[in-house]
Amino acid sequence: MFDQLSDRLQQTLSGVRSRGKLTEADVDRAMREIRLALLEADVNFKVVKTFTEAVKERCLGAGVLESLNPGQQVTKIVNEELSRLMGGSSRDIALASSGPTVILMAGLQGSGKTTACAKLAQHLAGQKRTAALAACDTQRPAAVDQLVKLGKQAGVTVYERGTEADPAEIARWALDRAREERKDALVVDTAGRLHVDEELMAELVRVRDATRPHDVILVLDAMTGQDAVNVAEAFAERVDFDGILLTKLDGDARGGAALSVRTVTGKPILYASVGEKLDQLERFHPERMASRILGMGDVLSLIEKAERVSDQQQAEDLERKIRRQQFTLEDFLQQLRQIRKMGPLSGLLGMMPGMGKAMKQLRAADMDEGELDRIEAIILSMTPEERARPDVIDGSRRRRIALGSGTTVQAVNQLVKQFGQMRKLMAQLAKGKMPDPQQLLRGR
Amino acid sequence: MADWRQAFVLGEQVPAPTASAEPDEGHGPGPLRRLRERLGASRRALAAELRASVLDRLEDADWERLEEALILADMGAPATARVVAELEAEVEAGGLSDPAEVRERLVDMLAELGSAGDRRIDVSAKPSVVMVVGVNGTGKTTTIGKLAWVLRNQLDLSVVLAASDTYRAAAVEQLEVWAERAGAEIIRAAPGGDPGAVAYDAIEAAKARGADVVICDTAGRLHTHGNLMEELAKVRRVISKRLEGAPHESLIVIDATTGQNGLRQAQAFSRAAGLTGVALTKLDGTAKGGIALAIADELEIPVKLIGVGEGIDDLRPFEPREFAQALLEE
Repeated sequence: MFDQLSDRLQQTLSGVRSRGKLTEADVDRAMREIRLALLEADVNFKVVKTFTEAVKERCLGAGVLESLNPGQQVTKIVNEELSRLMGGSSRDIALASSGPTVILMAGLQGSGKTTACAKLAQHLAGQKRTAALAACDTQRPAAVDQLVKLGKQAGVTVYERGTEADPAEIARWALDRAREERKDALVVDTAGRLHVDEELMAELVRVRDATRPHDVILVLDAMTGQDAVNVAEAFAERVDFDGILLTKLDGDARGGAALSVRTVTGKPILYASVGEKLDQLERFHPERMASRILGMGDVLSLIEKAERVSDQQQAEDLERKIRRQQFTLEDFLQQLRQIRKMGPLSGLLGMMPGMGKAMKQLRAADMDEGELDRIEAIILSMTPEERARPDVIDGSRRRRIALGSGTTVQAVNQLVKQFGQMRKLMAQLAKGKMPDPQQLLRGR
Repeated sequence: MADWRQAFVLGEQVPAPTASAEPDEGHGPGPLRRLRERLGASRRALAAELRASVLDRLEDADWERLEEALILADMGAPATARVVAELEAEVEAGGLSDPAEVRERLVDMLAELGSAGDRRIDVSAKPSVVMVVGVNGTGKTTTIGKLAWVLRNQLDLSVVLAASDTYRAAAVEQLEVWAERAGAEIIRAAPGGDPGAVAYDAIEAAKARGADVVICDTAGRLHTHGNLMEELAKVRRVISKRLEGAPHESLIVIDATTGQNGLRQAQAFSRAAGLTGVALTKLDGTAKGGIALAIADELEIPVKLIGVGEGIDDLRPFEPREFAQALLEE
């Protein structure tokens, strides 16, 4: 299965740093990885093509080529472009000040319309507003029963007239009832239909014309593959929907269909359904969806955090020192403090792609924040000379440091020894070899 | 109708089919033509791509277009890359020169991908138990209705349906409608009841009445919900405890519009319910269902059934060659 994209990009672009410059061939290699990742996420083939071309241009244009970590930079550009394509902040459905706001729900069979209708009605019914549901799915056996039951759970009225009446007729009748009963919102459930089913698509148009909805929502399964584009285009052409509700996001589908549909129709994704319970409907978050499509954990916020706490120049100095094994205990202390500024260690590692295994080892190694406090105390009890050249630390200095930091001579010994080994490991790391994270942390 | 007798492993006592069991005999198009029409309508774009790419000159751009067509069919990047590379290698080695040969070879290769394992459905035991599983909204209940109809009307077997989807609102009512249409019995419990208990009762009922097949509906569940998958494993355990060798079949229903996530679904359900086959539904849309080939190829779970419409007789045995051909046919 597909690994984290950022890991793959790191791999693809590793070695670039030693040459110091990203070439067009490097970028092409990276684009191939991105292309595969997006296809794996079910983003439409044609959308992928356009997208990678745009990203490539930006990668070659900006200062990415010379940057410290091209892999991360490329990842960041991809994520930004993806979030941008996915649309800015999503809107909530605004209820009209008078009369029921009508929302028509449409989509393929099995996309989750009936459940989504009940969720949306419950969502709209809050804050002294009242909502109702109209049962216009006369096709699927027991669909009306299902909506009635869900309506009861959601605490909203359901207008139903069985399965014999015409759906457009039911919808018109339900709207009249909703007006009479002064409902603020009416959510109209319709039968699932194939976009190529001429008869049923015509029926949907009739339901729309009968109710003149404020919003038509396309319900889209997050697991949909390449065909999402055909479906969305057909529904857009026939009923001109206003927004998308993405369902089944509690699964592990990457949900690339969302990007495809957004790109080809230009319609915003408004809501995401994230569970079977009726309150598990959320406003849509484009950035989170971008990360999800790329399978990146939350690497974006990690990068942002890192950017906040360290400036570029400092990072470059450090990088050089590590490579030349000139990394001192003073540098180590500063790094430690910077990392701790970003938040608890376990949280940080969780955000890093590919660090799942390291996290487990970390727990096994019992690295806690208290240990980090002790390490800080030991280093702070050293003179500047000792921090720069740990070799000078002899027996009497050790005793003094132990006393000053409130630790033991053994603890001081261990730190000095581990630091020496860590310095070697970090030099390896800088040369592109990935050491075992546990080794790195424990200095073995 | 398709020859359903070939699609099942039948017990000895099953009588020869009676001609009267064929509902659309004497009118309407033949089964193959009907399937091709249904599949064909949605395959035109792909066929056009392939004609343009394979049947004319074979240049780099053409191979890319072929790759594009297969990816657009949801075959997935790995399977696509392999097929294209193999075909390209064969053409370059000079084994294939005539465009018609290339096309035939492509059909072969696609059919081969979908040819894993025994595609027959084993209902030889009496009673046999068929478990039907899958994520929400793929068409489990509808597929069960159609399968019950085939067993009842094409093979003259008696069928008991176990309404083990006790979770979704009105799922039992939906299955009841299908049971009536198919002429099957249905065993149900109160909503929120234990799905394993319903399966147990259905097997009891089948044994008591000498019924031939029990089809067990289950609630749709996302494969990432550990507790729900554990519940499914438990239903399976209850079935196998009550009846040795059961469930004889465990079918996952996959929606043809599903993308690459279908592989993960099949993997997870295989772990929980020991899958023996795939039923691919909703092939009457424009989705090409290539994910089924990827599942058959990568996980070696045979595709056994395809759904081509909402009618009760819109279920077909899966034929890899026919499927591959329909992919390329106009």
